[in-house]
Amino acid sequence: MTGMTEVNADLVGRVFSGTPPYVVSAVKIAEFAEAVGARSPLHHDTAAARAAGHADVIAPVTFAVVIAQRAEAEYIDSPEAGIDFSRVVHANESFTAHRPIVAGDRLHTAVHVDSVTERAGIAMVGTRCEITDDGGATVVSVSSTLAVRGADA
Amino acid sequence: MSALTADAGVGTELFSVTRSVDRATLVRYAGASGDFNPIHWNERFALEVGLPGVIAHGMLTMGVAGSALTDWLGDPTDVLSYGVRFTRPVPVPDPGAAELLIVATIGAVDADAGTARVDLRVSVEDKTVLGKAQAQVRLH
Repeated sequence: MTGMTEVNADLVGRVFSGTPPYVVSAVKIAEFAEAVGARSPLHHDTAAARAAGHADVIAPVTFAVVIAQRAEAEYIDSPEAGIDFSRVVHANESFTAHRPIVAGDRLHTAVHVDSVTERAGIAMVGTRCEITDDGGATVVSVSSTLAVRGADA
Repeated sequence: MSALTADAGVGTELFSVTRSVDRATLVRYAGASGDFNPIHWNERFALEVGLPGVIAHGMLTMGVAGSALTDWLGDPTDVLSYGVRFTRPVPVPDPGAAELLIVATIGAVDADAGTARVDLRVSVEDKTVLGKAQAQVRLH
């Protein structure tokens, strides 16, 4: 027997954008690059990044998850979402870069609830974070799917 | 530097590397990413929720595989998009380490768009841990 989850499909189409801006630091980029083993000097050395045409060091390809997960919490933790985080498994993730994230960027995130589908007691929740800079230009889009198990699944 | 060129052939293996992930790697990633879910550092908690033990963050595995690709390419901005499915947890023993084998091949080439799809096969002890791990990469 499998029960329905409590995930609220009525929130599909909702956009959460209440998370304060994220200011990117060179130190955080270097920490993250070290943690995922990204050795390019463009992540670690401002002079090398400038020589390659960037204003400062640039972030590794998956760095945007730090910003996205922070913003997704506004949706996931909201009582009306109906998501029990202890029953959540990360199902998939993808990044589409429009330009590199650069140290010094001040980034804004809008979390779009794109889909909630439920089958066999598991809800698949699809979100998309559109991360923009102070000028309003899109920097990176982060799509994520969470699998939420129901109480009996 | 190994930037991809337009004459790259579908099926060509670009590289095969191994990366070790131990408990210290998990702690470092937790701090760097802000993901402090205890299944990634607390053995007792992981066992209580039915896991075989502490497992790696899926995003760490994805990040390590992405770094192998960007380090090989030379210019990290050559990766235009990158996506994966998390198909199998990666238990991280203590003492010891999980050894990730990362093999990159060219899955498709779109010469008109100036891009190629690089397929990443990421496995631990011959079992694939990421599904459909693909990156769109700029050709030079």
